[in-house]
Amino acid sequence: MTQQQTAGPPAAGHADPAEEFLDRQTPLSRIRNVLHRYPALSPAIVLLVAVVVFGLLNERFLRVENLSLITQQVSVVGTLAIAQTLIILTAGIDLSVGAVMILASMVVAQLAVGSGTPAPLALLLGLIVGLAAGALNGFLVTRFRLPPFIVTLGTLNIFIAVTLLYSGGSTVRGSAMPGLLTWMGSTFPVGPVRISTGVVMMLLLYVAVAFILGKTAWGRHVYAVGDDKEAARLAGIPVNRVLMSVYLAAGAVLAIGAWIQIGRTNAASPNAGVDLNLDSITAVVIGGTSLFGGRGSIWGSLLGALIVGVFRNGLSLAGLDVLYQTLAVGILIILAVSIDQWIRKVKS
Amino acid sequence: MTATEFQPAKTPVRQPILQARDLVKTFGRVVGLDGVSLDLYPGEVLAIIGDNGAGKSTLIKCLTGAEVPDSGELKVSGQTVHFKRPQDARVHGIETVYQNLAVSPALDVASNLFLGREERLPGPLGKLFRVLDTKGMRRKAKEELTRLGISTLQDVTVPVENLSGGQRQAVAVARAAAFGSKVVVLDEPTAALGVRESNQVLQLVRDLRDRGLPVILISHNMPHVFDVADRIHIQRLGKCAATITPQSHSMTDAVAIMTGAATA
Repeated sequence: MTQQQTAGPPAAGHADPAEEFLDRQTPLSRIRNVLHRYPALSPAIVLLVAVVVFGLLNERFLRVENLSLITQQVSVVGTLAIAQTLIILTAGIDLSVGAVMILASMVVAQLAVGSGTPAPLALLLGLIVGLAAGALNGFLVTRFRLPPFIVTLGTLNIFIAVTLLYSGGSTVRGSAMPGLLTWMGSTFPVGPVRISTGVVMMLLLYVAVAFILGKTAWGRHVYAVGDDKEAARLAGIPVNRVLMSVYLAAGAVLAIGAWIQIGRTNAASPNAGVDLNLDSITAVVIGGTSLFGGRGSIWGSLLGALIVGVFRNGLSLAGLDVLYQTLAVGILIILAVSIDQWIRKVKS
Repeated sequence: MTATEFQPAKTPVRQPILQARDLVKTFGRVVGLDGVSLDLYPGEVLAIIGDNGAGKSTLIKCLTGAEVPDSGELKVSGQTVHFKRPQDARVHGIETVYQNLAVSPALDVASNLFLGREERLPGPLGKLFRVLDTKGMRRKAKEELTRLGISTLQDVTVPVENLSGGQRQAVAVARAAAFGSKVVVLDEPTAALGVRESNQVLQLVRDLRDRGLPVILISHNMPHVFDVADRIHIQRLGKCAATITPQSHSMTDAVAIMTGAATA
């Protein structure tokens, strides 16, 4: 009762002491608030610093040919990271992204080379394979209410097995494929730089997905579902339909990733891309998207993929063993997640 | 403020906005509601109190479509309705603020107000590319907050997680009260709040009432109930034990009726 009396009068006239206390910020908490508001900011800073440092270490690093090479090296992981971001934003995780991509690439290559299917039709069927894989994941997550981690751990193995059964374990060479299939690997000059079609495709996907996430109701619902599923449901959002559409969209992106992968490696191999699952998660996490869902930005994932590419390339140019690249990536992941945890403490 | 333009609807119009007649709801052999009737008039705050297991939540769930009563009749503005799911009640203008606060912490205030009913830009950008009218929604969110007299939310672009508990509750209440709703149901709106924030929310309830929007308030907190309610519906053992007013009865009387120690 006495509390009620003390709380009553000051609220009326002048500023409330409690309000002033909330507004008082240390420089550190102000930084934290800014990083919280713009999740792509911290990876952007890391990328900038890394580029400057590696540029100082080795003058070859900043040459346009090298920078162009880095973008080509990240085009596949960068594309997978788009699919991964969509799913992680809904507080899920997809361990099967690499496997789906390899499955789609094998289907496309085998159809075009083995059974002589016209290249556009083969690509279309590859897209359908990607969508079907996404539909299976989405179905298991929404209907059986299984955790995405378990679902995709299962489908990861299923897709790998199906790929090996279907392809008989053999690699299809790019030279045997119609030109359209390897088109993503071709490059064209822009001034002094050579840009690959695959990189352009990846960037177009980023622009499209950023637009959809940022400007449409669907995008907002993806964030809301990942943020608080129950709150989203009570607000009238069809949670299961949103989740299903996210897995389908991811499947479609992965099928396009398969096309880029064929061009990049100039082959379709069932044994390629064992590390791609984890690399895509690494890119998303370093890019500042929270594994708890509802927070993050698609551009952060592109930055995350670029950071990993820059570190690998820069460290090897500095003459360090491959093992140190892996070590650096490991440290980056732990740093990124620690920063995420720290940022999330804003007025929890 | 715009408050002066509105005539506070202190004198209830005799046509109830929401009417429930003889609602019965059983769960197996457990009787949740045993023939409960209730009237809600425009511009009043009707509190529902009762001990645990008295049928408060079952009653509310039946009114808001979360449960379907076994028998009985529901009328909205004199028209008989059958709610099968919460969306049905929402279509008829009955909005509920749940105890666990159905807001999305990472989204800003305007996005939360429009969550699940976003508006697109006019023209081809909106129709073809489904682009959201973010600016328009922010402007409308501000207008609605002003209309509802919610002054604690100044900036509609702030993420909800940066708000205090009372402000979050205000966002949830604003979403329920905005956009032409007829009835706002608040389930324990002050349960998780401090004294000062509770007062803000109670003031918000009074403001809604003064703007003619009827409120159903479920609360365990007797002082809060007696502070804002015009009438108090007391549930006991699945039935309405009495409907009293803060003027006719004291808190002690209400507790006595609730526990069966006295009758109205």
